[in-house]
Amino acid sequence: MDFNDTLEEAAFRTEIRSWLAANAPAHAVPQGATLDDSEEVERGRAWQRAVYDGGYAGITFPKKLGGRGGTVIEAVVYAEEESKYNLPKGPYIGIGLGMAINVIAKHGTDEQRAKFIEPTLKGELTWCQLFSEPSAGSDLANLRTKAVQEGDEWVVNGQKVWSSWAHRSDWGLLVARTDASVPKHKGLTFYVVDMKSPGVDIRPIAQISGASDFNETFLTDVRIPDENRVGEAGDGWSCCMTVLMSERLGSGSHKAAVGPLIDYARNTPGSDGTGSSMLDDGRLRSELADALAEEQASRWFEARLRTMVSRGENPGALAGMVKLAFASRLQQTNGLAMEMRGLDAIAPSADDSDMHEIQGEYIWSTAMRIAGGADEVLKNQIAERVLGMPGEVRMDKNIPFDQLKG
Amino acid sequence: MNFDLSDEQKMLAEQARGLLTQRSSYDHLRKLIGATAEWDEALWRELAELGFLGVNIPEQFGGLGMTELDMGVIMEELGRANAAVPVMSSIILCADAICMAGSEAQKATWLPKLASGEIIGCFANSEGPGAVADSVTDFTDGKLTGTKTPVLDAGIATVAVVLVKGGKLAIVDLNQDGVKKVKLDSFDQLRAAYRLDFDNVQAEIMPGTNILPMLMDRAAVQAAFEATGAAEACLYMARDYVMERQIFGRALASYQAIKHKLADLAVKVEFSRSNAYYAGWAAGESSEDLPAAAAAARLTSLGAYEMGARENLQVHGGIGYTQEANCHFYYRRERMNAVMLGTRSYWSSRLIENQLSAKVKG
Repeated sequence: MDFNDTLEEAAFRTEIRSWLAANAPAHAVPQGATLDDSEEVERGRAWQRAVYDGGYAGITFPKKLGGRGGTVIEAVVYAEEESKYNLPKGPYIGIGLGMAINVIAKHGTDEQRAKFIEPTLKGELTWCQLFSEPSAGSDLANLRTKAVQEGDEWVVNGQKVWSSWAHRSDWGLLVARTDASVPKHKGLTFYVVDMKSPGVDIRPIAQISGASDFNETFLTDVRIPDENRVGEAGDGWSCCMTVLMSERLGSGSHKAAVGPLIDYARNTPGSDGTGSSMLDDGRLRSELADALAEEQASRWFEARLRTMVSRGENPGALAGMVKLAFASRLQQTNGLAMEMRGLDAIAPSADDSDMHEIQGEYIWSTAMRIAGGADEVLKNQIAERVLGMPGEVRMDKNIPFDQLKG
Repeated sequence: MNFDLSDEQKMLAEQARGLLTQRSSYDHLRKLIGATAEWDEALWRELAELGFLGVNIPEQFGGLGMTELDMGVIMEELGRANAAVPVMSSIILCADAICMAGSEAQKATWLPKLASGEIIGCFANSEGPGAVADSVTDFTDGKLTGTKTPVLDAGIATVAVVLVKGGKLAIVDLNQDGVKKVKLDSFDQLRAAYRLDFDNVQAEIMPGTNILPMLMDRAAVQAAFEATGAAEACLYMARDYVMERQIFGRALASYQAIKHKLADLAVKVEFSRSNAYYAGWAAGESSEDLPAAAAAARLTSLGAYEMGARENLQVHGGIGYTQEANCHFYYRRERMNAVMLGTRSYWSSRLIENQLSAKVKG
């Protein structure tokens, strides 16, 4: 066990640092700046292009597909160093790099690989995910969006929801039902869809935060050429699994979030009026310490997972532990931070940017507990795949989709 | 960066686990309790023969001079087996205190015998209920007078490291007139506890000063390994039981209430292990990170073991409340782990203070 860089890792880190120092500042978004969506995406594309030109796009992705062909540890070192700059790297870049190129590399044709992977690595193509539906969330395979083949095309009708940044995406990753006469997992097919196709109607969702990061996407007689089908008709579920596995490994946060809340508690007057701070409150202190200890544990746990991956082992459902713990910790600690400010937390002064961020995180934590595997789904997976406990009773397992109730 | 045990450490763990599976079965523990045994002396001798007791004691004093992480690997297995041996008292606290604070002569006198397991040491800091504040045990002109209670494993111990007034640590040979050992009822039936009365006995103050916080940090790291092993034993004991147990026509394990409980416990166990690994590494390689790393490991391991001990018994239902089941060993030992080495709020504060000072430095 060695928590220090090896000589090669240290050399790579030095290389990354100097490259970032020369290139990142011009692309960094000033702290506190709010960008218009389209400007943010344009900046994201420009930064991704710079990363590609520097030779750091798709670090673990094979060279012959346009990646760097490097190691997991190099990707980690790069991410650690890059995260020191506030760069435009939202879902518009992340979904392409984290999901689209993986699923196309694994299930796509050579033509699709050539058409999509390198342009995505260059930041030329942005992506969104068209998976969830109003009645298909945790039970994704229950989806109803239908695709019917007509000659060389597929005609798609249905409604997708929770598609991040769909309004600024060039392409979408779509899964649709192509055969309702077989059980639900077996009748699905995977596509890439041009988001500018006629019949694609994107409407923002008014979220509880007041923002609209997500969209509903209505698909009405959208025509997808057969060449944009990924994998065989009926093999859509295995493509979805490829995408969702990359989501699990990518989720979680390396950001030190508890430390700033400890500072915040120390800067908040205590309740006994003797000049003490809220950090002298036993309960707050103890809860913040537990959260900090868990955050550090999560960091070392992720490090253990990366060591597994770098040896070619698959951490499987273990990876879900990071996100499972992170989302609840985010909710718990930001809720606690509101408590320590007293009533002021409800209506802080306009310049209290810390409390505005804390409020935002408290709201956002609810989405984190649901997205990318809800708490309950992740716990089932840990129980079943890590501990070997029985799977859930599935009433719909062997029944053709068109014979299911509801 | 490499965040895994070495092949040698994995072999060490396997060797320890193999021995403990054979020699320290739950039925064996029940027999020890039935015989009101002080400890598992036969197991101690075997651990000594394999060199396990001297793993982190320097070679010049009869140990193997290996790392804190190597010792941690063994502690994890001792915790998993709930073994009835005084490693925490004799090695992790007594020998480590002498190593850190003792004079060369004191080290040469005591460490080789502790490392070989020939004698047992104990650590006497508590003087009754509440947090260990300043001691009232008096040390004047080479003589020590006072009462320490409870002191774990004192019945079999030859030497004690004793906290005296002013925060200094004294070494006391327990085989002398004026030392009285009074056996107490111990909540952990596999770890004996004593009151030690000292009446004007020979003692030597160790020259090292201000070592207590670091001694506690290092012990917390080893206790975190022990708790991780024990919590994992609870997790898998619970898992195995609910897989077998049928209720309302299906395995108890198929209910989400049970699955989610054990999934939560699995997360706590993995996180506890992760902090223990880092703290074990920091204890050997990066001493300035040790206080925060030890405190974090202590807090996560307390949470994991507490949940493991309680919920393992809970999922067993009524059988869990019997001597016949094996849950009670951990249910009692967990409290032992929780109350030694200072209160939870001590470790919360230690983590937060170090977080703040790290920020000032950084």
